[in-house]
Amino acid sequence: MGGTSAKHAESGLHHAHEPTSFWTKYVFSQDHKVIAIQYTVTALLVGAVGLVFSWLIRLQLGFPGSVSIVQPDSYLQFMTQHGMIMVIYLLTALLLGGFGNYLIPLMIGTRDMAFPFLNMLSYWTYFVSVILLFAAFFVAGGASGAGWTLYPPQSVLEGASPGAGWGVRLLLLSIAVFVASGTMGSLNYITTVLQLRTQGMTLMRLPLSVWGIFVGAVLALLAFPALFVGGVMLLLDSLFGTSFFIPIVNVFGQQLGREGGNPLLFQHLFWYFGHPEVYIVILPAMGLVSDILANHARKPIFGYRAMVWALLAIGGISFVVWAHHMFVSGMNPYFGFWFAAATVVIAIPSAVKTYNWLLTLWRGNLRFPTPMLFAIGFVSTFVAGGLTGLFLGNVIADVPLHDTYFVVGHFHLVMGVSAIFAILAGIYHWFPKAVGRMYNETLGKVHFWVTFVGAYLIFFPMYWMGFMGLPRRYFSFAAVETLPPSVQGLNVLMTVAALAVGAAQLLFVFNMIWSALRGKRAEGNPWGATTLEWQTPTTPPPHGNWGPELPVVHRWAYDYSLPGAPRDFVPQTEPEPQPAAAAKAAKAAKSEPQPEEGSGA
Amino acid sequence: MEQEALRGLKADWAADRRTFPMSWGKAMMWLFILGDAFVFGTFLISYLAARAAATLPWPDTGKVFALHVGGAEVPLLFVFLMTLILMSSGGTMALGVAYGFRGDRKRAALFVGLTALLGAIFVGMQAVEWTNLLREGVRPWANPWGAPQFGASFFMLTGFHGLHVSIGVLYLAIVAVRIARGVYERRGDYGPVEIAGLYWGFVDIVWIFLFTLLYLW
Repeated sequence: MGGTSAKHAESGLHHAHEPTSFWTKYVFSQDHKVIAIQYTVTALLVGAVGLVFSWLIRLQLGFPGSVSIVQPDSYLQFMTQHGMIMVIYLLTALLLGGFGNYLIPLMIGTRDMAFPFLNMLSYWTYFVSVILLFAAFFVAGGASGAGWTLYPPQSVLEGASPGAGWGVRLLLLSIAVFVASGTMGSLNYITTVLQLRTQGMTLMRLPLSVWGIFVGAVLALLAFPALFVGGVMLLLDSLFGTSFFIPIVNVFGQQLGREGGNPLLFQHLFWYFGHPEVYIVILPAMGLVSDILANHARKPIFGYRAMVWALLAIGGISFVVWAHHMFVSGMNPYFGFWFAAATVVIAIPSAVKTYNWLLTLWRGNLRFPTPMLFAIGFVSTFVAGGLTGLFLGNVIADVPLHDTYFVVGHFHLVMGVSAIFAILAGIYHWFPKAVGRMYNETLGKVHFWVTFVGAYLIFFPMYWMGFMGLPRRYFSFAAVETLPPSVQGLNVLMTVAALAVGAAQLLFVFNMIWSALRGKRAEGNPWGATTLEWQTPTTPPPHGNWGPELPVVHRWAYDYSLPGAPRDFVPQTEPEPQPAAAAKAAKAAKSEPQPEEGSGA
Repeated sequence: MEQEALRGLKADWAADRRTFPMSWGKAMMWLFILGDAFVFGTFLISYLAARAAATLPWPDTGKVFALHVGGAEVPLLFVFLMTLILMSSGGTMALGVAYGFRGDRKRAALFVGLTALLGAIFVGMQAVEWTNLLREGVRPWANPWGAPQFGASFFMLTGFHGLHVSIGVLYLAIVAVRIARGVYERRGDYGPVEIAGLYWGFVDIVWIFLFTLLYLW
């Protein structure tokens, strides 16, 4: 077993026949590129609904009572579903399902995922979970309004929160189905990265995009179980009257027939998933941004090894910090010390990454197409949002700031806006490869500047509001007598900015559709990039990606502006100018069948 | 010496060959088992947390799961038989895999089929156990002896494990039929039988934890 020849034989198996009918080619396709586009388009459509919900929330806060469908109950429902949709059904699905599917096989030089059928199944399972998610809006009581964290008992007790009947049950079912989909996807991504790399593509030659998606997929495999278990137990509490999470509760003086449940347990389960989830989203985003920055700065990424180890470190530590979301939950206060300490430690690898991005830009031969702008925007919002994580990670600062707008500003900037920026950067960057046409640069730049300035106008004032003690999740502040006078004015500004940012996304959609149909034809490697996906025989890449021969990798992914090279980039497929004997010896060492003996290489 | 070994390990893992010297399917099954172990682990920890938080006394499992044999009450007899059957099925599966690797098509099919049968018997006995408990008044939301979390945890954990066994029975039955038809013989690779064996072994091992934490304690 092992060895490269067997590997190549195995990878040829799935691609003996190219699908020809419409259904197998575009709908029930097993081609990773088609599945990637299916994931991306579906996630963006679901995200559009989440965006509209955020407008409704903002309209109510900026101009109370201006939209008749936003009532106290429906406000909570829009807020809950906005959070759920954006975090899980947009960001997770798009970064792992969309970018993971498109980039992994192309960047590591294989013909497809290890298990194409499982890949297709993963997408359609995701599709079912989306249908369940939206079905919840049409049942009696509507969708759940318990907040995206779905804390029991209020999320499942009738009357305690909107949609506590079938609304929340369908949502929990949808989550369980999503976990199944995500697990199938993650198994595929991890196996593919570990087992299917082409000749010469060692782990330390992988582009950082692949590293980010890989670590994100490992986190997904190990963190989603907690969400699944918590979801199943909550569903049983709702559906079968079990009392896992429900203690003795008095509702209007009536004692419910439940007792002995532990609501804190759900919070632990939820955040044991919820915190790694942040990194499931942000690690792939970091990977994409690293590659885009290096490419448009025409410089090798600064500190490649440190970047890889930082990804792994963040991924590892993310499993031991979850209870920093629970400092005010009533858990044992001594726990806070550990979780605060572990949380602050995450700042170290995060700072390593941030400095490395900045040093990659330092004295680079910078150019500023739209993907570069969004990538720099990512670094900016990641810092602006991440630094406030230091406040919230410390118990003493978190207690007064908890459940205020400070938290809303923090997580929107650090994982909402910055993840979206990475996604947009990625879509613009790989659009010419995936579609074969260029997008419109002017529209792209307008899109970026409105979104970038708008995002800061929406979320930066939230820090101020949080310091003022403004609580989050409130439908109306009319009854709050101590409301600081600046709040209403800021709310109006934020709402106007939110509407403008939303409108700018329409520009993006128009740009994508118009360019896909009418855009200028793109050449195979418009960005002068080194990585394998830009070296495919045709653009977009054909079924099976590489034609008859798999690419062979000779160098890392960041040979930009190499002294003495004819161009300012050297593709990974280009051999090192070595004496023939040395190259032969290196090759012999690599194809050694016994791993134990190949260690000297 | 150690340093060299470490360096060798690193070189192997980072090389351009497969990270793990095994087929893709086997690597994926190990990864699946890792993920599923997290699912079961979380279920079990949640059960322990729920049990610790329960306000009413926990029922005495020795009495709940006792069997009347000739007037005497033997604690845990039925579940002991269930465990014995499931553990034996682990043995028959190992035999099936071993015969597969030796290219003994008939014996491999026989033992994998036998494993599926033992698994089916296990699920059947579980159904009998559920029926008995339901007759005695155990419900997910209440039971005659104490904490309602007992019934909830019991049905949830054994149900989720039983689901795994049932899927395994189906899976092994398909594999047995494919062995018998000579699918793997023609391919010259009995690897898929071993992969099915990994899954079955995992389901077996999980039961040991379930049995210990749910019945014995």
